Amino acid sequence: MFDPAFLFAGVLNGLLAGGIYVLVAVGLTLIYGVLHIINFAHGSLLMLAMYAVFYLWRLIGIDPYAALPVVIAGAFGFGFVLYRLLIGRYNHGRDENILLITLGLSIVIDNVALLFFGGDTQTIDVPYAGTFVEIGAAFLPLPKIISFAASLVICAALGLYMAKSDMGKAIRAVAKERQGARLVGIDVENVFAVSYGIGIACLGAAACLLMPTYYVTPSSGHAFVLVAFTIVVLGGMGSFAGAAVGGFIIGITESLGGLFLGEQLGQIGISLIFILILLLKPTGLFGSKA
Amino acid sequence: MNRAALLCALGLLAALAYPLLVPNYLVTIGMLVFFTAFIGQSWNIAGGFAGQTSFGHVVFFGTGAYTSTILQVTWGWNPWLAWPAAMAAGGAVGWMIAVLSFRAGLRGSYFALITLAFAEVFRILANSVPFTKGGLGMLLKSDPRPINFQFKDPIWVYYLALLLCVVSLLIAWHLTRSRFGARLVAIRENEDAARALGIDVFAEKVKVLTLSGAMCAAGGTFYAQKYLYIDPGIAFGVDKSVEMLLVSMVGGAGTIFGPLIGSFTLMGINEVTRWLASVVPALKNVQPLSLIVYGIMLILIVARLPDGLMSLFRRKRRHA
Repeated sequence: MFDPAFLFAGVLNGLLAGGIYVLVAVGLTLIYGVLHIINFAHGSLLMLAMYAVFYLWRLIGIDPYAALPVVIAGAFGFGFVLYRLLIGRYNHGRDENILLITLGLSIVIDNVALLFFGGDTQTIDVPYAGTFVEIGAAFLPLPKIISFAASLVICAALGLYMAKSDMGKAIRAVAKERQGARLVGIDVENVFAVSYGIGIACLGAAACLLMPTYYVTPSSGHAFVLVAFTIVVLGGMGSFAGAAVGGFIIGITESLGGLFLGEQLGQIGISLIFILILLLKPTGLFGSKA
Repeated sequence: MNRAALLCALGLLAALAYPLLVPNYLVTIGMLVFFTAFIGQSWNIAGGFAGQTSFGHVVFFGTGAYTSTILQVTWGWNPWLAWPAAMAAGGAVGWMIAVLSFRAGLRGSYFALITLAFAEVFRILANSVPFTKGGLGMLLKSDPRPINFQFKDPIWVYYLALLLCVVSLLIAWHLTRSRFGARLVAIRENEDAARALGIDVFAEKVKVLTLSGAMCAAGGTFYAQKYLYIDPGIAFGVDKSVEMLLVSMVGGAGTIFGPLIGSFTLMGINEVTRWLASVVPALKNVQPLSLIVYGIMLILIVARLPDGLMSLFRRKRRHA
């Protein structure tokens, strides 16, 4: 069981999964960093985006990767409107309140999905799903490699956007000092809505990259929400670099946990990391303050 | 005050008479209302009165359910003896989570999320370790005699749930009148100010979570005795956590009757959606429908009525 080739394959698989987790976590950490809210509906919104990808494929026959621009744009719009109509109105005051509102939102989304899509597990059969690539002693499914690369490209593009564009600069300004940003004439409410939209757009991208190898059910959100929070807390709330490193660590933890502890007990690693980080080093690896 | 006491007495009389007047199916619904109000009150004591919002309260519920069930099935205990043991276990878990989290200074959303993670750890453990029989769940032998904490007639289960509910109301009532309760409210309103006033914030928060955990565990045992079956998903699933939080938030967090009113409301919604499903064939799958309504209510309550449905009564009374 401790065969190095086996271990190597496990680490590689974890890295590939981690690549997509990074995308999910970057969205969450962006929303936290800018708005200072904990978006508990993050997993449910990802599930919703995964259903969007699934139905684009099932009804119109669009390949999940080809659906990227449409789903990203749609998710951005959805997030933007959601912020304007609901989140933005209540993101002031006690921080538990917005947590409870996003919890309510996730309950609504999960059950609307259950009502309309049914409880069955849905998957997409892409023609290249059975294609494997050999790296060292490991055989890796081609879609996982494509998704991994695409995720890195999208993260890099987002990083570039944040660094160079006017909106990116405004977002960073608001994240650092919202009063100051308001004083120099930045429309802070608009920046909040755009940030929330970008955070959800990341989920749209992640949904497209997940669907070729993953499945979706109305409870998929549950599976991802704790993973996403763990990555963000591990990396440091609001830190992009932290989300990236955290994503890979969690991907590998999950993969090795599954290998050594089995399907059931293997999931415990993520929850334990989450608890330990919060208890011992709540600022995470890269965070400035909790 | 006298009017309130009179209302309570009348309410109690009605609750006592109710199962004698209605068919068994309605007795069971009444039992569920009081049972949910009871576990909701256990959440409310920590989440409402002391302001320590928990997303993983089910960890205490499951600890109670598993402790009493394991003591009976594996060690042959009598359930009435296993019940206090289960409460002690729930209290111990509450104490442990409180000491760890509050020692680390976790507050607000961070505390909520770590309780969720603790519940998840317990769920995964219950799924994996041999003494809980893993995902198969545990079955209690059916032997409906009062000495076994099992009843043939649902009326006795109803009265037991009512008793639990009344006890929880008395505990909440005591909190509104005692110095302990006042300290909890001070902590909820402003932790730093409470500390400045000389309140040992850490000790009080540990105390309240221990109490809340023990109460919730009592509910877990009650549940296991009623249904004679538990598995990791039931005992440690996120649904029950959300249910406890919902009834308190909807009814009014930090109020005596909040969880009871919330429980009535949610059960009412449940029954209405079930009735709708029987009339409108397109809605054959009702479970999500009532949960959608709950979710919307939670959002509306937090946004518009932070003190829950209870505040509607109060406002009316003030106008009258």
